Amino acid sequence: MLYERFKVKAEAVSGEVYRFTDRSGAFLWLVDFLKREGVGATPENSALWAAGTFLTDGERDTFRGAGISFEVTKQAAATARFGISQMAWGLADTGTLAGNSTDIDQRLVSSLSTIHIALVPTAGILPDMPSLFSHLHPRDCAYLAMITGPSRTADIERVLTIGVHGPERLVIICIDEYAGGE
Amino acid sequence: MGKAFKDSIQRALNNGNLTGALGAFSEAYTVNRAKAYEGIDFEELRGKIADLKAFAAANLKPLSDEFTRNAEARGATVFRSDDPAAVRDYILRIAKEHNVKRVVKSKSMATEEIHLNAYLEKAGIEVGETDLGEWIIQLAGQTPSHMVMPAIHMTRDEVSDLFSTEINERLTSDIPRLVKVAREQLRPRFLAADMGISGGNIAVAETGSIVLMTNEGNARLVTSLPPIHIVLVGIEKLIATFADVATILKALPRSATAQQLTSYVSVITGPTPNPDGTMKNMHIILMDNRRTEMAADPLFKQALQCIRCASCLNVCPIFRLVGGHVFGKVYTGGIGTILTAWFDALKQSEDIQSLCIQCGACKDVCPGMIDIPGLIMELRRRLVREQGVPLVMKSIYAVVNNRSLFHGMLRAASVAGKPFTSGKFIRHLPLFLADLTDGRSLPAIADVPFRDRFKIINQPRCAEKVVFFAGCLIDFAYPEMGEALITTLNKAGIEVLFPEGQTCCGAPARYSGVYEVAEQNAIDTIKALMAVESTYVVSACPTCTVALTHDFISTFESVGQTGWRKEAEELAAKTLDFSVLITKLVEEKRLTFQEGKSLATITYHDSCHLKRTRLVSQQPRELLRRAGYQLSEMFECDTCCGMGGSYSLKMPEISAPMLQRKIRNIKATGAAVVAMDCPGCVMQIRGGLDQDGANITVRHSVELLVDTLQ
Repeated sequence: MLYERFKVKAEAVSGEVYRFTDRSGAFLWLVDFLKREGVGATPENSALWAAGTFLTDGERDTFRGAGISFEVTKQAAATARFGISQMAWGLADTGTLAGNSTDIDQRLVSSLSTIHIALVPTAGILPDMPSLFSHLHPRDCAYLAMITGPSRTADIERVLTIGVHGPERLVIICIDEYAGGE
Repeated sequence: MGKAFKDSIQRALNNGNLTGALGAFSEAYTVNRAKAYEGIDFEELRGKIADLKAFAAANLKPLSDEFTRNAEARGATVFRSDDPAAVRDYILRIAKEHNVKRVVKSKSMATEEIHLNAYLEKAGIEVGETDLGEWIIQLAGQTPSHMVMPAIHMTRDEVSDLFSTEINERLTSDIPRLVKVAREQLRPRFLAADMGISGGNIAVAETGSIVLMTNEGNARLVTSLPPIHIVLVGIEKLIATFADVATILKALPRSATAQQLTSYVSVITGPTPNPDGTMKNMHIILMDNRRTEMAADPLFKQALQCIRCASCLNVCPIFRLVGGHVFGKVYTGGIGTILTAWFDALKQSEDIQSLCIQCGACKDVCPGMIDIPGLIMELRRRLVREQGVPLVMKSIYAVVNNRSLFHGMLRAASVAGKPFTSGKFIRHLPLFLADLTDGRSLPAIADVPFRDRFKIINQPRCAEKVVFFAGCLIDFAYPEMGEALITTLNKAGIEVLFPEGQTCCGAPARYSGVYEVAEQNAIDTIKALMAVESTYVVSACPTCTVALTHDFISTFESVGQTGWRKEAEELAAKTLDFSVLITKLVEEKRLTFQEGKSLATITYHDSCHLKRTRLVSQQPRELLRRAGYQLSEMFECDTCCGMGGSYSLKMPEISAPMLQRKIRNIKATGAAVVAMDCPGCVMQIRGGLDQDGANITVRHSVELLVDTLQ
């Protein structure tokens, strides 16, 4: 129920939402998505994943084979077409992603890339912001980030335009059996 | 009022881009805001926000201490200052210490307040705004025209010209392409910046956190990429607890841009890692700049409940005509007028406070529950107290304050005005109704004022008496409204009393800030109305009703008048608006409508004081419907017609387009009659329709109802 509400709200703000029962299904789709969208070796077509401890070594190897890099730097993120990160929580009432983004790599790939792909545990979808704040508190989190749809502006003649300084697409992959590599 | 100010208004009114963009925005905003708040109890929400912000305003010092402790415990450096110059110096010192050459900024009103950009640039530091709207106006060398949408006054063609010059390449005015250009141009600046400067939407004392909201994502980059992050916040952004953040974030984006949430919200607590692995050098500046002084003011402390959503600008019928530039360089609109008076100087608000017509539209939507029009009235009062009243106004009020002279002159005017009378309207009235400009005809002063007509009206003797307070307009311009009211109440078995000693309700003096005159008007009115026994006092002019029920007490409080307080409260308790009294009498079955009438199609105009101060809007509609009229609602039925008492005299150039808009909306309904409950609105709208030539009748409800009752 929370997932359905989350999906409706996230899509209402131009988010793209997909759901998978397990990691392998999600990973297969992700590799295929990147291929479809033209992932490549040049910096402009590159895919960068701030994976942290989310992936096993084996999984990393598989993704490297599919053209994904795990070496996150400012310059690499600034040119990357795809930025992949994990967000621990979702908010159903606004279609928002939320998480502890104190790790700079998480912020670089999600704020500089053209397409941000976020992996989210379906079970992490909460009703609203007050429920988030009971799970995520500044005492344990120096950079609490919330993301609702892609970067947008209406500063020229109030015309809604997507993709100013941040990503122009936000792809959300919800995974029911999220745990794995850690 | 200064000539430069009047000129700036004229320039704004003649700027089609500005009025077009703001007009379209304000129309869309009203609809979208309502949609964004669907399913949310706005009154409950804003009650909570007002409470938590009022608590913070009352505890600025302890909350600043607590914030400082917590932010420093997390590794940030906190600098507190009352002095804008010291804040500028602090920022420059840090920049110099770290050899900073390039600064990127995300939107911050506090930095505008202290004119930081110019200061840093003078010291040789390159300062780049990164919010698209701010960048556009920085390139154009202008200042923001709106707190949330700084470049709303510019067209895509103008932006295209600016960007073309900037990148030395001819661009078309395709908006997505222009946005892309901004991304490409600003991206290297983000990456190369040595320092990021941001404001803060909220500062949380309990945790030492700064909350930042953007749609473009520029604040995320400003706070993540450069090794130094400076946060500049006014201490009014402080709140006590982290849980309160969710409460404010529920309202702020909905009220600001009708969004459920902005694309990005960051809650930053202490330094975070930089891209090169070092830790951020984070400085948080808590700026006072008269906020503590404001918090100590019994009236103005509520202005600190502002969450800077700018909804008071978005719903203001005047802001949408003139935009932000006439307000000065920093804070604009209703709340901006108040903030300018404090953060800059009271004197600086002298001209801009006169833009407010007191319609109350902003008060209805303010998520901080700030009585913005009330505070602007108080500014007006303090300005008059400091600087006195212009001589010509003084002589007018001297007359208004002398009832027999005032009424004598009005009577004389009915004769003097004769040569100028064409049909029911004249172009110029003597005295304080003189000098009205085109766009509206004015009523002739009645040959026989109501107070004389009253004496020859034959009323049945009834046990129940009600006192009628006529007010100047019904007494001297529209006596027929008073006669209709008497006939109506007689049908309910009520005899109407008209105490002769009644005079002006004092609204014109009060709304001009001349409280001593308003005080005397109030005392005279109380004396006259309370001298006779009656069940109720009824008025058919909502401005008078507001005076009798609210303003008398408020004026007494402001001037320290205590002797008449009790009587003022008694009068307030027994005073009713015409339509409320009639509704009551219909409910009690003392008045009944004639059966089976099918009358004209009408449209209804809500008068500001009736709808927003008296909270009466359904009663007149229901009475008119039950009488047999078909109601066809107009667009923006409760938007001010531009009358505002003496406002239409002082600001005719603004009043006229407000009236024209109202007339367009009336005509669009196709109704043959427009009804309203205020003789001031009747005067304005009837005059406008007369000039327009439209065949639409303007009536006070009392005139439409009188013959439909048994």
